[in-house]
Amino acid sequence: MDKLINYLLSAIPLGMTFLYGSTGEIITEKVGQLNLGLPGIMCVGAAGGCMTLQLLSGTSLPGVLVVTIAIIASFLSAAAMGLIYSFLTVTLHANQNVTGLALTTFGVGTMKFIMSKITAMASASGTRYLYAIKYFRFPFADNTTFKYCGVMVFLAIIIAIVTSFVLNRTRVGLHLRAVGENPATADAMGINVTAYKYVATLVGSGIAGLGGLFYIMDYAGSQEAYLGISALGWLSIALVIFTLWKPVVSIFGSSLFGMLYVAGSYIPSIKELHVSMKATPILDMLPYVVTIIVLIITSATKKKENQPPASLGLSYFREER
Amino acid sequence: MSDPINSEIRKNTASGKDVVLEMRNITKSFGSIIANKNVDLTVYRGEILAILGENGCGKTTLMNMISGIYYPDSGEIYINGEEVVIKSPKDAFRYKIGMIHQHFKLVDVFSASENIVLGVNDGKKYNIKNVNNRVREIADRYGFNIDPKKKIHEMSVSEKQTVEIIKVLYRGADILILDEPTAVLTPQETEKLFDVLRKMRDDGKSIIIITHKLHEVLAISDRVEVLRKGEHIATVNTSETSESELTEMMVGKKISLNIERTEPKNPELRLAVKGLSGKDAEGTDILKNISFEAYSGEILGIAGIAGSGQRELLEAIAGLQHPESGDIIFHNPKKNKPVTFFHKDLHRVKELAAKGAFHYEDGSAVSFSGMSNKKIRELVNSGKVLFNEDEIIDLRDKTPLQIKELGIRLSFVPEDRLGMGLVGNMDIVDNMMLRSYRKGKSVFVDRSKPDILAGEIIKELDVATPSAHTPVRRLSGGNVQKVLVGREIAVAPKVLMVAYPVRGLDINSSYLIYNLLNKQKENGVTIIFVGEDLDVLIELCDRILVLNSGKVMDIVDGRKAGKEEIGFLMTKTDTYAANNSEEEAKINGNN
Repeated sequence: MDKLINYLLSAIPLGMTFLYGSTGEIITEKVGQLNLGLPGIMCVGAAGGCMTLQLLSGTSLPGVLVVTIAIIASFLSAAAMGLIYSFLTVTLHANQNVTGLALTTFGVGTMKFIMSKITAMASASGTRYLYAIKYFRFPFADNTTFKYCGVMVFLAIIIAIVTSFVLNRTRVGLHLRAVGENPATADAMGINVTAYKYVATLVGSGIAGLGGLFYIMDYAGSQEAYLGISALGWLSIALVIFTLWKPVVSIFGSSLFGMLYVAGSYIPSIKELHVSMKATPILDMLPYVVTIIVLIITSATKKKENQPPASLGLSYFREER
Repeated sequence: MSDPINSEIRKNTASGKDVVLEMRNITKSFGSIIANKNVDLTVYRGEILAILGENGCGKTTLMNMISGIYYPDSGEIYINGEEVVIKSPKDAFRYKIGMIHQHFKLVDVFSASENIVLGVNDGKKYNIKNVNNRVREIADRYGFNIDPKKKIHEMSVSEKQTVEIIKVLYRGADILILDEPTAVLTPQETEKLFDVLRKMRDDGKSIIIITHKLHEVLAISDRVEVLRKGEHIATVNTSETSESELTEMMVGKKISLNIERTEPKNPELRLAVKGLSGKDAEGTDILKNISFEAYSGEILGIAGIAGSGQRELLEAIAGLQHPESGDIIFHNPKKNKPVTFFHKDLHRVKELAAKGAFHYEDGSAVSFSGMSNKKIRELVNSGKVLFNEDEIIDLRDKTPLQIKELGIRLSFVPEDRLGMGLVGNMDIVDNMMLRSYRKGKSVFVDRSKPDILAGEIIKELDVATPSAHTPVRRLSGGNVQKVLVGREIAVAPKVLMVAYPVRGLDINSSYLIYNLLNKQKENGVTIIFVGEDLDVLIELCDRILVLNSGKVMDIVDGRKAGKEEIGFLMTKTDTYAANNSEEEAKINGNN
């Protein structure tokens, strides 16, 4: 029983990494931009946040402020990646898939470079950015369940709910979805397609970037953690399909993905289940298998509401004669 | 038409004379093509004005300038007496002008209300319930039937049109422009739409309806503005005109083009289409019991308003669409010709041989009984096995590949040259290979023959291109068309179908295409020519089939037919007769 609780307490917070990534990607995809640069963007978000924390290590700011500044920095550095992506795909009409993949490679490389710089800075100053981990926890969390999940877990859930509200209940959300479904119609109705694509991609990238910061500072809390981020980024893209482009569904979907992701290391350790360690690789496949199954089911049912935004991945050219 | 109440209303509005919109001296050109030349237009409050004209006469362009899609090169637009500049649809909304386009601009997965409120920024808090209520209010006021919560993809075409109209009314439009609103509607739905339009007129709205259907003009409009080749021809009161007068104004006098035309030589039946019917993707009947015959050595023209089923008919013959009923019988002139198609379809060859369809050069009957497949292949390959009779094959439900494997040389020059005809990013040689890539036995494609063919086409048709390896999308429209027609002619077709082959071409290229077609005609090819310019059709074609909303109205003699006659057949809609002939078709089908 303890093992099961441990399992869930490890899995669900991990899922929040997916939640950041998928919420960001949902916003981006809803406006018709298929951003495969997500893993790279999450890496850059992590690197930007960590770098800021390293720079703040000598100051004596209160913890709340440190966390806030780190989150903002992480958001902005990831949004900068979104800006590159938007400029290439919206303004220059570059192919979205190719641009995204290039951005992932670029982002992963950039992160490794920045992380090595941070390591050098840390050994010079004697303090490592990981000092800030304590600020990401709740002050009262020492001996409660909350010791497993910090501030950013709740931030992720709040962002997902707010995103869902904005997308479905506001005029901005209506216009945003219209751009992703049928940009020509949106344009004819006087909606600024380019502006919507830019802003949504920037905001979406920023939110995804927080996932990277969360993973290092809140979930993993170790120096080498950054190496795992890009794999989580790919799963976040899969999660978008799994949740049928609904951020609220993603709160549960990401928890499920978290459980599936750590299943390989937890389930064999539960002796009662008689699962051999050899099964680990198979268990590691689970999130991907589940995504494929969901994809097959949603494609087969052909329900219009469950399909991707109609103009996802397509460049929009205004019709001219 | 002479409904006393309607004519009463007409008189009243005519005496009202409250001008809401005026266009003066409007000119608009696209490159070298002039779409509108010095057009004047006046619209009064509370009237229905019909804009009448053939395809490409500039009706839609003119209206697009009011709705902010295009900007005029010169001329002025006045709204309520004040000069205005309309640069975008947003500006048009501000001046209370709304246009309902032929192709709906709707988001499929949104509800009616969501589509209606899209882009509206009235400063009020966004609440879909309030929108639903307002939509219902508007619907009640004018007598629309609509469920504001219904998703667009669950709607019929007429419901979608209703959404478009309400969208415009929701923004407070006083001037409504409808571009061919009845093209997609059934007669009953059209009647309903007209009722709504009349209610809107009586409510003080001005309605402009673009159309080429004469009976609708007479049924709904108060005044008619006639355009021809981009120019204003006349404005008349509907009550003072007639169908024949409007037709005459619309098509104009015949212009001589001096296209040569020879008499068909020994015409033989080549293609017989019998009772072809089919639906389009939306589920509306697009082909209605079409029957005709086409002979070798003739050019059969197909005239009709755009979207009357021309495309569907050609695609059905080419095997790209599969009609619901009817037959497309191809008479392959194979008598005493060697069997050639065998290695793709040995089974079929054996079947035909068993029926005694073949003979040897010396006249003795062919029997394959007891022979191995290899032996049969060798025998047929040697060219000694000949057909007894012409082959008669039904092409319906055959794919283009199957048609080709049956040994039928059918060429199709589609309307959409770079979409369906050629691959824009590939060069001329590669585009030639699209027709020959299956030839040869090796796993590698044969590049040398297409290379030679490309060179010949460039030389003979005088294609202006840097080299045979230039991507075809970089060529001008006329040269693209030459490459496409050249490739299709190179296979020595028995039937050549061309759709709008001179659209967008300059006068010299056009004549080159006419000459090419005439040459093919002399070689005994059956040519089916879908055209839009009646002058060309009348001078080039031996016979002209007139399509009207998916039905064959008549097949007229190109040498004797007049422009007015064809124009009338293209545009007239006799609902009663249409229903009758459909019923007849049903009865015939049952028999």
